Amino acid sequence: MSEPLLKIRNLWIEGRSDETWNPIINGVDLDLNRGEVVGLIGESGAGKSTIGLASMGFTRDGVRISEGSVVFDGVDLVTASAADKRALLGKRIAYVAQSAAASFNPAHKLMDQHTEGPVQHSVSSKAESTEDGIELYRRLRLPNPEEIGFRYPHQVSGGQLQRAMTAMAMACRPDLIIFDEPTTALDVTTQIEVLASIRDIVEQFDTAAIYITHDLAVVAQMADKIKVLLKGDEVEESDTRTMLSAPKEEYTKSLWAVRSFERPAKPSVITGATPVVSVKTVTAAYGTTDVLHDVSFDIHEGRTVAVVGESGSGKSTTARCITGLLPPRIGHIEFDGMQLPLDYRRRDKMQLRQAQMIYQMADTALNPRKTIGETIGRPVEFYLRLKGKEKRAKVDALLAEIELEPTEYFNRLPSELSGGQKQRIGIARALAAEPKFIICDEVTSALDQLVAEGILKLLAKLQDQLGLSYMFITHDLATVRAISDEVVVMKDGKVVEQGEKAEMFQPPHHPYTDLLLSSVPEMDPDWLDDLLKERGVDNIGDAAVDKM
Amino acid sequence: MRKDVFQGTLGALIAFTVLAGICVLLAVNWASLGLFLTAFLAVLGLLSAAYLFRMVGRAATGNAPFFRDMPFGVAFGYVLAAVLVVFGVWYFFQPTDTDGVPRAGVIFFRWAVQGFLIFAVAAFLFRLLGRSVGTEGSRKLFRSMPLTAAFGILIILIYAVVSIFAGVIAPYGQEEILGAANIVPGGNPAIGGNPDYPLGTDQIGRDILSRLIFGAQNTVGIAFVTTCLAFLLGGTLGFLAATLGGWLDQLLSRMVDALMAIPALIFALLLITIATAWAGSASWQVTIYMILIIAVIDSTRVFRLSRAVGQNIVVMDYIEAAKLRGEGLPYLIFREMLPNAYAPLLAEFGLRFCFVFLTIASLSFLGVGIQPPLADWGTMVRDLSQFINFAAFAPNVAVAPLLAAGAIALLTVAVNFVVDWMLHKSSGLKE
Repeated sequence: MSEPLLKIRNLWIEGRSDETWNPIINGVDLDLNRGEVVGLIGESGAGKSTIGLASMGFTRDGVRISEGSVVFDGVDLVTASAADKRALLGKRIAYVAQSAAASFNPAHKLMDQHTEGPVQHSVSSKAESTEDGIELYRRLRLPNPEEIGFRYPHQVSGGQLQRAMTAMAMACRPDLIIFDEPTTALDVTTQIEVLASIRDIVEQFDTAAIYITHDLAVVAQMADKIKVLLKGDEVEESDTRTMLSAPKEEYTKSLWAVRSFERPAKPSVITGATPVVSVKTVTAAYGTTDVLHDVSFDIHEGRTVAVVGESGSGKSTTARCITGLLPPRIGHIEFDGMQLPLDYRRRDKMQLRQAQMIYQMADTALNPRKTIGETIGRPVEFYLRLKGKEKRAKVDALLAEIELEPTEYFNRLPSELSGGQKQRIGIARALAAEPKFIICDEVTSALDQLVAEGILKLLAKLQDQLGLSYMFITHDLATVRAISDEVVVMKDGKVVEQGEKAEMFQPPHHPYTDLLLSSVPEMDPDWLDDLLKERGVDNIGDAAVDKM
Repeated sequence: MRKDVFQGTLGALIAFTVLAGICVLLAVNWASLGLFLTAFLAVLGLLSAAYLFRMVGRAATGNAPFFRDMPFGVAFGYVLAAVLVVFGVWYFFQPTDTDGVPRAGVIFFRWAVQGFLIFAVAAFLFRLLGRSVGTEGSRKLFRSMPLTAAFGILIILIYAVVSIFAGVIAPYGQEEILGAANIVPGGNPAIGGNPDYPLGTDQIGRDILSRLIFGAQNTVGIAFVTTCLAFLLGGTLGFLAATLGGWLDQLLSRMVDALMAIPALIFALLLITIATAWAGSASWQVTIYMILIIAVIDSTRVFRLSRAVGQNIVVMDYIEAAKLRGEGLPYLIFREMLPNAYAPLLAEFGLRFCFVFLTIASLSFLGVGIQPPLADWGTMVRDLSQFINFAAFAPNVAVAPLLAAGAIALLTVAVNFVVDWMLHKSSGLKE
């Protein structure tokens, strides 16, 4: 095959803001042969998705292709007419979006949406494409392939929806599929299934794919070659094995090095010491259904306890019990050996002040109408009763502590900050109360790896300086390895295993811990193959927990 | 069903229905055949003109994407707009009378176009002024402002000034009965006008211009007070219901449902009648009943909105953070939630103000609103409404009731322009 299927040459893309056009992509080239998978990686804002969309000849509102060509099988999509593009898109080029839940129309059944493309493009009749859809669902190892297509999107789980989306992209047997972070929003255990089925089906039909992700380990499993992007510039491109074993550029090396961050182990707890927070046999319910069953663990001074489990396992509910938002039905919470009132409304200011919380989504955790100074200043004023100059000095000190320049950021609104900076403001707001204990609820899961590492390092530094205790809720075991001292593994509202980190990462494990641990993608390109072989391919659907 | 099959069937159905309709009409009246043929030819002409326009555009620009990707419907739209503009210009320059008989259509069209142009120029100049005078912030605001918003702000400013200084501006008092009744607006003695009363006098000889100016004070002022009251009541209760939830929310929501189930205008009429019979009918009393009753009825709509908006805000993590900090209810509502609800509430305020304003005008028109001899736009429309019958042969006479109606319409349009712009601005902040 001499001519590549997709040939992008010298692509320049600009975005409009404040009445001027600013470059987003600066002259990127890309070649993609039939049946080949290229991985695009980079941090957020690197232009991965923009390139992904541009390879369909499409740009978002306020964005334009200013120069270059995107030649798909002899047709330049940049200059092609709308009618020509319509004939290609959906039929020969398909797109799988990050959030399948947001991309399916909730008012129609999966199969009705699946057959839309083939019928529109006159590839097949509705009956034929329904038949074909069932076959695709079977190949993607969806449970009940005959029936699942006749459900509405809200009746299937996230992982299943993502696979149904892949099936939909496959419906016309396209030559090229663009996957835009298809597994970022999923749990590790679900991610495996989706990855395996995407790879299978791409191989079976010899489809070319552009795989966009910020997770290096994932891209290592999926791609034949990898292109690294930084702020719209190409850093380097080579085949996957070369890229992993011998990256050339400094930036690529730094991306690879992120996963190696691990803080030194701390001496173990003196037996008999009073823990800062102690969760005592807590059982809690939403309505009349118990969602937590007899959960107990201790968090000692200056230590980090990671609470691990997939979504729905009760991690965040435990945090709600500790903060008093959800008073437990049985059991109680002790703070420094003293029992706390169960409901937060009955706790006094001092008790509230000692336990602070950092949220997963910094976007919803900061009031969009308040400046950074107001957001951090409020707890300073509320708890420490500082006013005027003293308050300003304290806020400045806090901003310096989270490594942001006080004069520059004091008057900004959250919308003027990046994701990592917002998360830092969340940390500063928690610190402003001068607490002893902080609950970190998935604080790094919405951030890309370099930024997440910065946050983890900051949290570790603050812990050493201030002797804070953390309860670290996460589903990412790399994060656990990096920061925790002790680990609590939860499943279905129960603690299945707990202990020191060193013990937890050593076998023997509880079977569920084992599943979690083995599901974390590794940087080895053969990892997924080995794992599937080990688990037995047919087994994968049963092994991983498929919730409705 | 395949898409092309579906479209074909739909097209055939529409064509059949139209043909059948024409046949039925022709069966009733053969004389209308010419009319149908003309209409048919006109549409056909437009369609082919659109096709030609697109084809010529493509050829002339070397198949530029603008013409290449233009759907036929859009080409048709361009041609239709061009034809309408040409027709408008032609119609504008038609003579205003044939053999001394005024042509009302041409006259009204001229007034409308002239009014539109005057307002557009005024808005443009006003925006120009705003861009060159004032602080850095206000200049920046005016630079990003669309012309419609500038128009809206200008009109609202004019109304505000007029209603505040009504006593100074108005040439006569609002209750003052002057010489002759029914002087025609326009100030032209040849057709029954009088330069002393540029907008004429009403049926008992009061100056219409003065009454319009005082009417601004009465109608707009009362509407403003009523809307503020409605927002104070509905907004507070709505946010309370959203924040506290539970039985309070249930109780308030069901009460609001019950109130909303009754048609607003009829309910207001009924309540005002009851209040008047029960507690006295002095004119100031009736006005106060009206304010309270409309405020309560309109607060139900505000309640619905602020509760819905509040419920979206109250689930945010920053509210949870504030609760866990131990903040009290007033801080939560006024400092954390309210700033995030400004945009929808402001938009609602603009719309609600218009509705209240129209309700007051309607009630006055029905006779239970603002009581005479106080000037009020609704009452003015009612009192002079018979003159609308003169529209065909004496346009200047027919204008008398339209003046007050126009004042109502102008303010409503202006407020909506400003509100649209504010909404657009606040949604654009998130970029």
